[in-house]
Parts: sequence; C-alpha cells; structure tokens
Amino acid sequence: MRQVAINMVHDLARRDPRVVFVGSDLGAGTLNAMKAELPERFFMEGIAEQHVIGMAAGLAMEGFTPYVNTIATFLTRRCFEQIAIDVCLESLPVRLIASGGGAVYAPLGPTHIALDDIALMRTLPNMAIVAPSDADEMARLMNASVDWPGPLYIRLAKGGDPVISRPEARFSIGRSILMRPEGDVLLVGTGITTGIALAAADLLADRGVAARVLHAHTLKPFDIDGMVAAAKGCRRVVTIEEHSLIGGLGAVVLETLSDAGCALPVLRLGFPDRFAEGYGSQAHLMQKAGLTPDLVARRVLDELPRPSEATP
Amino acid sequence: MPDHAALSRQIGLDDRSILLRDLVIDALEGGGRGHVGSTLSLIEIFRVLYDDVLRVRPSEPDWPDRDRCILSKGHGCLALYALLADRGFFDRAELLRQCRPEAMLGGHPERAHIPGVEASTGSLGHGLSIGVGLAIAQRLKGRDARIYVVMGDGELDEGSVWEAAMSAAKHRLGQLIALVDYNKLQSYGPTHEVLALEPLADKWRAFGFHTLEVNGHDLEDLRDSLTAAAGVRDQPSVLICHTVKGKGFDMAEGEPAWHHKSKIGPTDVALMRAALARAGAR
Repeated sequence: MRQVAINMVHDLARRDPRVVFVGSDLGAGTLNAMKAELPERFFMEGIAEQHVIGMAAGLAMEGFTPYVNTIATFLTRRCFEQIAIDVCLESLPVRLIASGGGAVYAPLGPTHIALDDIALMRTLPNMAIVAPSDADEMARLMNASVDWPGPLYIRLAKGGDPVISRPEARFSIGRSILMRPEGDVLLVGTGITTGIALAAADLLADRGVAARVLHAHTLKPFDIDGMVAAAKGCRRVVTIEEHSLIGGLGAVVLETLSDAGCALPVLRLGFPDRFAEGYGSQAHLMQKAGLTPDLVARRVLDELPRPSEATP
Repeated sequence: MPDHAALSRQIGLDDRSILLRDLVIDALEGGGRGHVGSTLSLIEIFRVLYDDVLRVRPSEPDWPDRDRCILSKGHGCLALYALLADRGFFDRAELLRQCRPEAMLGGHPERAHIPGVEASTGSLGHGLSIGVGLAIAQRLKGRDARIYVVMGDGELDEGSVWEAAMSAAKHRLGQLIALVDYNKLQSYGPTHEVLALEPLADKWRAFGFHTLEVNGHDLEDLRDSLTAAAGVRDQPSVLICHTVKGKGFDMAEGEPAWHHKSKIGPTDVALMRAALARAGAR
C-alpha cells in the first residue's frame, strides 16, 4: 500500500505540474525515479517535520499540491500546530501520507505506534481523513486526491494486506461503501479493519448471524447518510478500528448516530486508552486488543441479546 | 563594531514615523488592547519595506509577481496594519475596529481576511518555513519575486526557525530575506536572561545566511542593507535589525510591562499621544 501511494506521487507529478513531493528523511532510494525525472519537484528536507509542513504550506499557497510523507506519529504529533495553522486554517491542498497508521510499527514501541492519529487530525477544521483498505483502493484514493480542494490525511497500512476492495464500488472521498448489505448487525471498519469485519461476518454467518459490513474509508468528512442508511433496521452496530477508542471510528459512528437520532447500541472495538505495552508484531498487538476476525465474531455473539432477552 | 543598540535609542522620528505610530494608537484605542512595545520596534522596518522595497499593488493584493512579506512575529501586527492601511490595502477606519466582534483586523494577522497579509501568524516560528516554500515556488515558476520574513528575537527561541534556516541555506534561496526585530526584550524580560541568543550574527552565518547588522530605526541603513541583501543571489540573507522595544513612547521604551497592554482606556491613549508628541518635538 505504501509503495503504491509513494510511487503514484511520481505518476501524478508526471500528469499534473502542481504535484510536488516532500519527504523528511525517508528510506534510501525512496522515489529515486521521480528524483531523476523531476528533480525540481522532489524534496527531502531532513528530520524537521515542523519545517516540512510549513514549507509545504508555502508551496500550496502558490498553487502547488504537495504530497508530504513520513511516519504517522511524527507527521501528526510533532507538527500538529503547523498542520493546524499553516495548512488547515488556510484550507490548503497539502496531502499528508502517514506511514504506519495504527499498530504497524509494533516492534518499535510507543514512539512509532500511531493509535491517536485519527483523533488528532479529526479535531482540525477543513482536514479530510482517509484510510484505504488495500493497495488497489490506495491507487483509487491517490487518483482522487489530486483535485481534493483542501488538506487530506492519508493513513497507510502495513502493506501486503489482502485486497478486498472492488473497482465497481466506485471509490469516492467522503462516500462510504456498503460491502455487505444483508443482515441485522452492522460491522463498520476503516482501513484494514474492513477486511477484519468481512472475515468476522463470515464467521458470524456460520453461527447463523447475518452481518452487514460498511467500509468507512473516509473518517472526515464522514458519510452521515451512508452510515444512517447502513444502520437502518439493525439491532446493533459494531465498530472495529486499529486506533484508540478515543476519537476514532467508534467515536465518529457514535456521534453520527446520536446526532441523527438513531438510538442503536454501539459496540466499539479498538485499542484501550493506554500506550502500547510490549512489542511483537502488528498482528500480536491486534490480537491483544481483540481485533482479529475470530475475537471480533466472539465479542459480537457475546454482546448480542439472546433471543429470550430480545425486545419483542 | 558600532553599538547598534545605543544608536537605535538615539535616532529621532520624522513626521512619517510619527504618523504611522499615530495610526497604531488609533488601533490600540479602537481595540482597547494590543502588543505595544513589540509593534513600535517594527515601524521603521515595515515603513522601509512598504515605502521603498516591496513590489506590491495595494489595489491588487494577489498580483502574482508581487514580493511577499510575512510578519512571522504576528503579535507585532499593528505595525503591519498601519502600513497596509496607509498604503491603501484597506480603509484606515478598519484600524479603529481592531479586535472588535466581526472586525477584519484581529490581534494576530489572518491571511484569509486581510488584503496584503501573506500568512496567518501568531504562533511563533512558522513564518520562515512558509517563506522557504514561497521562495521555492517562485523559483519553480521562474519568477523573480522576493520573499521577506520579519521575525522577533524571542521567536528565535523556537527550534523550527533553525530547521527552516538550514533548509533555506540548502536550497540557496537568494530571494529569501529574513529580518530579525532585535529589540532584546521578550515577554518576560531581556532575551539574554530568558534564553540567550548571542552570538546571534555568528549563528546566522553558521546557518548559511548572508548576515547584516543594521540600525532598525535608521531608514538609510535599512534601505542600503535591503538593497545589498537583494543583490545576494546564492544564499539567503538576514538583517539583524537592532531596535528599541516601545520606540517612540518614552515611558514604554525598554519596559517589559508595555509588551502587551489590555484594557487600554482614554488615560492610556492620552499618555501614548503625549509621548508621541514629545518624540516629535525632539
């Protein structure tokens, strides 16, 4: 997914003279082809995230569309104020490509594990936030990103994630995708957790529970109509996120349903309000947080009212 | 090496410098608040920039070929507002509504609302990075517009300034000219006590800047130095402008208590107008 996103910056830059790339201190060889072909629009500015965002804002003020890439925690926490004031206050078309959204960098510890990035970015007016499910959807997002009018935060997953998105779903920033329409439980995912939702739905089907699956790739602006329509007629909504339970997908869904007057019980599955403890792998931390298809399906079954308790 | 600080204190104010400070008092009176000392040290810097240096069109603030001037120490905005109003970017009456509900002019400048304001500032340490981006953009577009970034001395405490400085030098941004309002007082007290900046000129040189020290209230010195900086093509320049915080209001000069004033009433306004009259008579 990351490779697709980064390589597509080169393709976009070929097609569109506004596109520039700004990295901090990325891996050796990153976008070498673009650097060779379009050196004047390739920047590697050092471990200076505050400056990188301010510089990108300056370029955007002059009509350029900067794609900025570094690790998600550095791209959100370190330069939050520059993103707020230099980029979002002016609603400039700066694209933040955040490597390692979620628990991708599990072995590297809390400095690199990004479980608060969505919450941070959501608080900023004018910011859009998209977490694609796989490399194919990333390509669709990158194509759509060129003409998005304001700031855009793009959350990258680990890479090599199973492809679950389909071209016929007609990806569009700000429009969620109902991947399974049948059922009386609604599983909502974003990024790679939509894949977990689909697998969990399969397990639930084996146990006689039909579940809808909504892919909420855009967390902001959130697709209110899509969410409300998907939840209609369901007896329970379950959100699954590779993020803290504070301020992420679950919070968005709760807020949206509450504001829309949909009094549905919502089960939020995600990471607890703690810094990650221990290392291991992304899969290990996801398992600990209960974010595997099997654990999600079990939680859903545990939480569902038994037939005798169900409201008549 | 001349004693710039002493020379800055000695320099008198001509009619135009008095007029511009009078506009600042209008804004302070209208809004009832403002950064007084931090504004007054900037007046001659902005006067020379807007009267003699910047290629700008007040009736066409977004003219693509204009020079860009960023006030990175946004709290000195009353100096910028006075010049922009005087040059006709907007009506002088706006000064009288400063900080009021629905006013165009706030306590820090906002790009979206104010003709002639190039960046929204107020949080320190942002302007030089934006200036680097603007300068690279001019280069990419083949324009010769210059980018001026006016910073405070206390602002140089921010690490992001030095990130931007390294980047400006790396890209050999000759069209980028930074100016430091070196009035030597920050909010709490003297810069050498809060966080020492010296040797400041050596620092900028070490960061790759063509570095000039000037008397920030001497119009000729400012003009000559800005002309010299404009002639430097292969590296960014910085003018360390030795200034006096509160310049022109004798009771405020060098007084940390005049960094920012709120609840400015008729008594304070009379005090400031009387001080300005004394400065004009000197």
